[in-house]
Amino acid sequence: MKLLQFLLLATLGSILCYTVLDMPPRGEIDAPASRMESPVGTPVAGAYYIQHAYEDTHTPNMVAVVLADYRSVDTFGEVVVVFAGVMTCFFVLRRRRP
Amino acid sequence: MISQTQSPIIEIAARGLAPVIQLLGIYVFFHGHYGPGGGFQGGVLLAAGVLLLRLGIGASHSQAQVTSKSTVALCALGAFIFAGTGLVAILWGGDFMDYAYLPVQWLEAADLRYYGILFVEIGITIAVMTGLIAIYDDLLGIGNAGNN
Repeated sequence: MKLLQFLLLATLGSILCYTVLDMPPRGEIDAPASRMESPVGTPVAGAYYIQHAYEDTHTPNMVAVVLADYRSVDTFGEVVVVFAGVMTCFFVLRRRRP
Repeated sequence: MISQTQSPIIEIAARGLAPVIQLLGIYVFFHGHYGPGGGFQGGVLLAAGVLLLRLGIGASHSQAQVTSKSTVALCALGAFIFAGTGLVAILWGGDFMDYAYLPVQWLEAADLRYYGILFVEIGITIAVMTGLIAIYDDLLGIGNAGNN
């Protein structure tokens, strides 16, 4: 059983190493993640964010701009999820005065 | 101050570490505009400082920083600051969360978005910090009637 576990881990690890070695280097201009157009020819939103983030908001951190300005409705949903969890704990767990 | 724990080491370490953690949390929150950081991470660090005090010096003594009664209300306030920033933009003629329509006349649109992001991050920080403290207090029954 130990041998089977070791072989399974070795197989999965070799698959992982093969996949990582096949990835393009960071910042390569021809990689699919940094193209201006998707494979079907539509414009990629990330390129717009990279080009316009500082001009639109004067904020140097691109991630904060995407999180709180371009995609702020999504972030609002996350805060609502946190608030819903707090309200669930409040109503289920907190005991009131009898 | 009467200690609630047996060990003075735990109490002194918690009292010494908690302000440093909270200061780091405030730094991470305000650094969100310029580097890694932001409202969620800063809020979690601020909550970690308060929870270390809750664990280290006891639940009743750590009420001086954030009381258990005010946590849920402050969490609602944080979510309301976030939503209110977007609603003010609607009321002044823009879309939801379009910070360029916030009613400050002497700022240009890009700077308005800068401060809009700051307001939103303030709301996230308050909501996440007090929300985590509220969940901890509810799980341990802190702040219940006659059970401090």
